[in-house]
Amino acid sequence: MAALDQTQVKEGVDQETVDAVREVGTYKYGWDTDIEMEYAPKGVNPDIVRLISEKNEEPEWMTEWRLAAFERWTKIDEPTWAMVHYPKIDFQDQYYYARPKSMEVKPKSLDEVDPKLLATYEKLGIPLKEQMILAGVEGAENMPAEGRKVAVDAVFDSVSVGTTFQEELKKAGVIFCSISEAIKEHPDLVKKYLGTVVPVSDNFYATLNSAVFSDGSFVYVPPGVRCPMELSTYFRINAENTGQFERTLIIADKGSYVSYLEGCTAPQRDTAQLHAAVVEIIVEEDAEVKYSTVQNWFPGDENGKGGIYNFVTKRADCRGDRSKVMWTQVETGSAVTWKYPSCILRGDDSQGEFYSIAITNNMQQADTGTKMVHLGKNTKSRIVSKGISAGKAQNTYRGLVSMHPKAKNSRNYTQCDSLLIGDKCGAHTVPYIEVRNNSSRVEHEATTSKVDDDQLFYCRQRGMDEEEAVALVVNGFCKDVLQALPMEFAMEAQQLVAISLEGSVG
Amino acid sequence: MLEINNLHVKLEEEEKEILKGVDLKVEAGKVHAIMGPNGSGKSTLSYVLSGRDGYEVTQGSATLDGNDLLELEPEERAAAGLFLAFQYPVEIPGVGNMTFLRTAVNAQRKARGEEELSAAEFLKDIRAKAKALKIDADMLKRPVNVGFSGGEKKRNEILQMAMLEPKMCILDETDSGLDVDAMKLVSEGVNALRDEGRSFLVITHYQRLLDHIKPDVVHIMADGQIVKSGGPELALEVEHNGYGDILAEVN
Repeated sequence: MAALDQTQVKEGVDQETVDAVREVGTYKYGWDTDIEMEYAPKGVNPDIVRLISEKNEEPEWMTEWRLAAFERWTKIDEPTWAMVHYPKIDFQDQYYYARPKSMEVKPKSLDEVDPKLLATYEKLGIPLKEQMILAGVEGAENMPAEGRKVAVDAVFDSVSVGTTFQEELKKAGVIFCSISEAIKEHPDLVKKYLGTVVPVSDNFYATLNSAVFSDGSFVYVPPGVRCPMELSTYFRINAENTGQFERTLIIADKGSYVSYLEGCTAPQRDTAQLHAAVVEIIVEEDAEVKYSTVQNWFPGDENGKGGIYNFVTKRADCRGDRSKVMWTQVETGSAVTWKYPSCILRGDDSQGEFYSIAITNNMQQADTGTKMVHLGKNTKSRIVSKGISAGKAQNTYRGLVSMHPKAKNSRNYTQCDSLLIGDKCGAHTVPYIEVRNNSSRVEHEATTSKVDDDQLFYCRQRGMDEEEAVALVVNGFCKDVLQALPMEFAMEAQQLVAISLEGSVG
Repeated sequence: MLEINNLHVKLEEEEKEILKGVDLKVEAGKVHAIMGPNGSGKSTLSYVLSGRDGYEVTQGSATLDGNDLLELEPEERAAAGLFLAFQYPVEIPGVGNMTFLRTAVNAQRKARGEEELSAAEFLKDIRAKAKALKIDADMLKRPVNVGFSGGEKKRNEILQMAMLEPKMCILDETDSGLDVDAMKLVSEGVNALRDEGRSFLVITHYQRLLDHIKPDVVHIMADGQIVKSGGPELALEVEHNGYGDILAEVN
């Protein structure tokens, strides 16, 4: 017994030291949770696909859907057109399913969830108790005095740990649950909408996701309902050598409104990990969806070792007339980002907006942007992209604005600004514009600038240190986008901007 | 307060020496003015004292209350009480004037081990001080110096000075680009800050600013050195006769 105790103490100390050392680094969420996991065997094949489907207790139609996707996937090649470089991924050398053992029998309520999992989210600052998000931050005057409610779906590796405020949302008619639950409880809705925005065959990663997605969130807002609180999903990758493939499906029925937030972090490891998600949003007549992301996956170390490969397909289909969707993203993490949240503006007078901040430091690479596909009459889109590169990072804005023949009198405004810190990084802008009618108007403005020494000196003369000065200037540069974020996220994003750029000057 | 001894400075990139042995002593509570023709090194002196990159001190020293300024980072000099009102205040797009000032005030307080000002305390303070300088709420919200007129920029510098409460204020050609009314406002702002614990170094081309901000001592700078010092009457002499006579006399 004594020997065992000693070992435990030693391990404890080691862990503390490791944590302390990690705290010194810039990535705050690099710790991992020591928890017993259950894995599917490494690699991907029809048996693994069946196994995942079985683990989720899915109906036959879902299993078939996945198998068809897998079949498709084996026939497509990985895309190579993005301006990112990384070693070839061995898709057979990783796990496609990992869940904490304690989640084998799905807990009936959050009280029954493994305390280790709850502690993980607490440490991440994600409220899994049904509590108010309290005021007390700058700009909090817009919040009601009693605080604001945010419902959370927490996804840990391959499974959803729990979803808060479900009862209260149910009263309003809103369905907010994990996608695995939705497949079982609301099969008609899932069948009707899944894969209708991002088809199974859309692209290499989306197809892979269709075959092996394990969990994610599902939202349905019924006609005329304004969702009474913000909804959010927090994705945490914990297990090593494991890909996370989540699937999110959001349906805003006629005249409804919902604001949805997504956050993500992962432990600091020296091997790269794959995250290939698909998000589909359906916006019916007169409905509006706001989707905000603060992506803070582990970016890899300063030499480019480790980090998340974030290959994500996100698309919104504005099906109904006068429907509206707004994407806001703050991309600070990941070693490689490949992501183009897009809007299909099918309904007449529908609107799509895309606000993006993409920060790359050290060896990070980001190829990100949006697609605005104007199909309906009088459709409008707006793109505001702010790319910030530091260290040896490469940052590419890639966007498509397409005006179809029937999209008469449509408009797009695009503003792409790049900011460079130091002289070893790169910023690239690749806008594709297609206009196939003569009543539409497309405007594109782009700027590239460097953080100005005079600005930094001015800030420092007033008392700020160099990093504070850079953070202030960069936050100013991003202001148009930060303003588009819900308030809690805007605060987090501002701090994240500062943290991501630590060590980028001097 | 401020003591500069035999300060020699050259540009980092070239061999050209700009300050060639500056000696200056500013006592607490005093206002010193430095006048001189273009290219005499006045602005360089203000930049070197505040720690801007691009200059190399080859000889001499500069201390503030005994602290070696030249050893400190720019923000450490600021926290030690040195303030430079810029000749050309810098624009920072997207950063609200108030946010900028609050960040600066709290950064200095933190550096000095003082508690940060709460939002309410800060607001109360800045509103009162802004009012005295006729700076309205809109100007406080606008991004730092972006789209400000010349006069607004300079008034904003004085507001920053008032909020940061420095010990040693250097005003680098604060009168440039100001009309008579703006000059009066700015001068009043400066005069309101005159205090026995606070000193000023006013750099200017023209005597007219010194009509409003009355100096205790006037120095004439030429070719990287202070060539003559005297009372306020020295500024009047420059105003009447130009620099030519003084320079001829010195040479």
